Amino acid sequence: MIEVEGLTKFYGAFPAIQELSFNARPGEIVGFLGPNGAGKTTTMRILAGYMPPTSGTARVAGFDVVDQSLEVRRRVGYLPETVPLYPEMSVFEYLTFMGSLRRVPELEDRVDEVLEQVAMLERSESYIGNLSKGLRQRVGLAQALLHKPEVLILDEPTIGLDPAQIIEVRRIIQELGRERTVLLSTHILPEAQQICGRVLIINRGKIVAEDSPGNLQAQLAGAERLVVAAGASCEQLLQLLGGLPGISSVRAGSRDGEVEVATVPGKDLRPLLARTIVEAGVDLMELRTSGLSLEEIFLQLTREENDEQAGG
Amino acid sequence: MRNVWIIASREFRQYFISPIAYALATMLYLILGGIFFINVYFGLETGQITPDGRIVIGAMVTILLFATPAITMRLLADEYRMGTMELLLTAPVRDWELVVGKWLGAFGFMSVVLAVTWVYPLILHRMTSPGIDQGTLVAAYVGLLLMVAAMLAIGVFISALFRSPVAAFFVSLGVMLALWIVGSLASSSGTMGQLAGYLSFVDHYYNNFYLGVLDLGDAVYFLSLTALALFLGAQVVEARRWR
Ligand SMILES: Nc1ncnc2c1ncn2[C@@H]1O[C@H](COP(=O)(O)OP(=O)(O)OP(=O)(O)O)[C@@H](O)[C@H]1O
Ligand SMILES: [Mg+2]
Repeated sequence: MIEVEGLTKFYGAFPAIQELSFNARPGEIVGFLGPNGAGKTTTMRILAGYMPPTSGTARVAGFDVVDQSLEVRRRVGYLPETVPLYPEMSVFEYLTFMGSLRRVPELEDRVDEVLEQVAMLERSESYIGNLSKGLRQRVGLAQALLHKPEVLILDEPTIGLDPAQIIEVRRIIQELGRERTVLLSTHILPEAQQICGRVLIINRGKIVAEDSPGNLQAQLAGAERLVVAAGASCEQLLQLLGGLPGISSVRAGSRDGEVEVATVPGKDLRPLLARTIVEAGVDLMELRTSGLSLEEIFLQLTREENDEQAGG
Repeated sequence: MRNVWIIASREFRQYFISPIAYALATMLYLILGGIFFINVYFGLETGQITPDGRIVIGAMVTILLFATPAITMRLLADEYRMGTMELLLTAPVRDWELVVGKWLGAFGFMSVVLAVTWVYPLILHRMTSPGIDQGTLVAAYVGLLLMVAAMLAIGVFISALFRSPVAAFFVSLGVMLALWIVGSLASSSGTMGQLAGYLSFVDHYYNNFYLGVLDLGDAVYFLSLTALALFLGAQVVEARRWR
């Protein structure tokens, strides 16, 4: 549904995105994660048909974003990052205007339906200029849903919403994501973890990681980091475990009697650690793997990349 | 084509809640009313009112020179400034449909404004006998509409170039004044004079339409100017996507 191949966009001489490639299938919610200025909005604008890429190709719903832009635009629901709206129009007028450009059948009923969906039905006569930021965000979202698009591109859809609405909007997205393709960008990592089947982490215009949130965690952490709690002091444990094969580092944990063991990837060292501790006559209280949170992965990935750039 | 209509009708309705449009219409009617009153008043003093239906048109043409840039300045510049262009350019609307729709909305509004000024010749017609020459008046108004169409198209084109409506206003005004003044060069001989004469708004309006002559060449001039400006406007919108 979204097929991106070698997508590159230069603003003047500045490369905002470089050689991006990824896919998204129907029934998939893909999260776009990255620090400020990573190129998320740029990518989404290209996919929504707002501007052409400098090079590379992108197909959305089977159509090329440059050559068949109109076909793409018919099938995409797009929520821009800035949520542009006409302040002097009422919510209802605005949605009927956008809906008529998209030839939505039985428009007035459909407008009421989407307003209901974003809990804005009672504000339908309000002027957009008088709405709060969160309410405008919801109007923008309603606009993106209006024509029941096959592909939804949502640039930071939950920003500025209250907690109840965040939950509601996530629910809507999850529901839509069952049959349609959803690409959303976010800075809220638990959000990506919760609703996205797959996350793309992008930094400085390049994809640095791509997987399900669960796999990303496993890939970067998983068995590679262990927390050991035992009936001995930290020093004793450090000494005991420090020399074992397959261990890259041991450091004191958050409490006394607890250490964090980093291991070389691909080998489960739990049996060895347990045996060593018990054989030394120390009581083993706890031995668990400690996954990195998505936040940590994110920071780690984007930092590594930045360091490389700075170094090179 | 339906998109042109949808965009035009939104724009048309927008003018009726726009303070600038009201200010302009009010100013136009006040000045024209004043001119009309003075003419009729002195006419009554001397006991002789000239039954010329074009009583307010001369002044109106001058006012339109300033008014049309004000009407068109925000059409596209404001969409760029507010970011709503992102919405329109990701809707299934062709760039030319957007540009033509904007122009048509403005043209609809200006047609209403111009239609109202018909009351002055109507009053004059009642006051005089045998009345005014309706034919000349119709030709003058047809010419006026064609000229306004061209001026608005130029305004829309220039509005597409800017993010600031104020900048669009001054540049449009500059272009209109240039197309106006170039007529004064027409008297000079040679190809320069001919070219100036051909480009001039004034020559194409006052030489025929204003005299009651519906000249095809002049109509073609205004219509092709309109088409050219709208075409260039669509090109600019397209080109700005690539930046
Ligand atoms: N119109 C533009 N002209 C020039 N540079 C631009 C333009 N738009 C974006 N950029 C630059 O391109 C880079 C990527 O911007 P983009 O908006 O895609 O980032 P983003 O990932 O959406 O960031 P954020 O998380 O802050 O929304 C940034 O360095 C930005 O300054
Ligand atoms: Mg962004």
